[in-house]
Amino acid sequence: MITGLHLENLAIRRGERLLFAGLCLDLGASEALALTGANGAGKTSLLRAIAGLIAPHEGCVRFAGAKGDLEPEDARSSGIHLLGHQDGLKSAGTAWDELLFQVRWTGGSEASARAACRLLDLERLLGLEVRKLSAGQRRRLALARLVASPRALWLLDEPMAPLDSERRHLFGHLMGEHLAAGGMIIAAVHDPLPIPVRRLDLVFS
Amino acid sequence: MSGLWILFRRELGQTWGRGGGPVLALTFFACVATLLPLAVGASPARLGSVAPGAAWLALALASLLSLERLFERDFEDGTLDLLALGPAPLEAVALAKGLAQWLANGAPLALLAPVVAVALGAGLSLVPMIFISALIGGLGLSFTGGIGAALSLGSRRGGVLIAVIVLPLFAPPVIFGAGVIDAYASGLDWRPALGFLSAYSLAALALGPLAMAAACRNALS
Repeated sequence: MITGLHLENLAIRRGERLLFAGLCLDLGASEALALTGANGAGKTSLLRAIAGLIAPHEGCVRFAGAKGDLEPEDARSSGIHLLGHQDGLKSAGTAWDELLFQVRWTGGSEASARAACRLLDLERLLGLEVRKLSAGQRRRLALARLVASPRALWLLDEPMAPLDSERRHLFGHLMGEHLAAGGMIIAAVHDPLPIPVRRLDLVFS
Repeated sequence: MSGLWILFRRELGQTWGRGGGPVLALTFFACVATLLPLAVGASPARLGSVAPGAAWLALALASLLSLERLFERDFEDGTLDLLALGPAPLEAVALAKGLAQWLANGAPLALLAPVVAVALGAGLSLVPMIFISALIGGLGLSFTGGIGAALSLGSRRGGVLIAVIVLPLFAPPVIFGAGVIDAYASGLDWRPALGFLSAYSLAALALGPLAMAAACRNALS
């Protein structure tokens, strides 16, 4: 299990443009970080670099475990949830099939998927095709994966945007529980998160 | 391992959801074969002599059809991100996808290939050999085709690009596949050709996933 994240002197380049350089960050267990900044400042790129999908231009990403550093491959294959604008839910599949695949692929079980659906009030929607869900319902379905398969580090890109105020409150509660269990959250946001967080402001360069 | 099995079963199911999947490829295969007599003339002697080669050419073209969606959909809707953060490396993911592609598209095409060849005038005695060569060759076509599909990720009009990348790589299985049947039909030793065809497919099976995974990583970054 990941108990710490360390970014050392990280620089990310997209094409010709250097998004940021010299970024250092230490995040420990039970800590949450709100990533803010203008459009194009590199919030999504930073999340994808931590997830290993983008190779950093300079510097490195290290994951700490209970007994020293983890191999990045191991940490990423069992310790990270990345949830962006594209949630990987196939619009032609039923909500339950899509969720169940995502949950089992990321290490959860059918029972944990059912429990997550109860928690997020999805039970009445499970028979519907994903394309028939509203944006908010679809986001709740995507969030159910985070709850159903326990992974320590949540990388979230605008997780709250389509949610109504009641569900934002609920999701805030779920994030609180994740942190209380020793998890970590990095969320790219424009609105404040309903949990105590540190803030990192990326400046558009 | 169980994660990969889940992925493999899902991929098999998804091939039916990808624009008709095998049915589309089978229909295309039959259509190309039907056009052949119209192009070269319907005389049985002439058709019979080109039937194995024509069947193999149509098979190679038909196996291109479903390649565009092998990675493209997953890339667009974010599934590929999820697959990259799963319990298995992308190489294993590509292996599962290629095998599912072979079973869902290559195997039905291999079943239809003898029918097409016989309809064009090939002898009934060739049926088992046509099926076996199409099934073995189909494995190679799925995996080299998968490389083209992964390389074309993110480009517009990926389907055409895949055909241009992949068709030159389809030359060896077409040569050896049609060669097996020709040799068998004329009573020559057909084993060397089948050996080469198998070698091609095994090489594609071994190297394809590495290339597909590298191309996917490149597309994601």
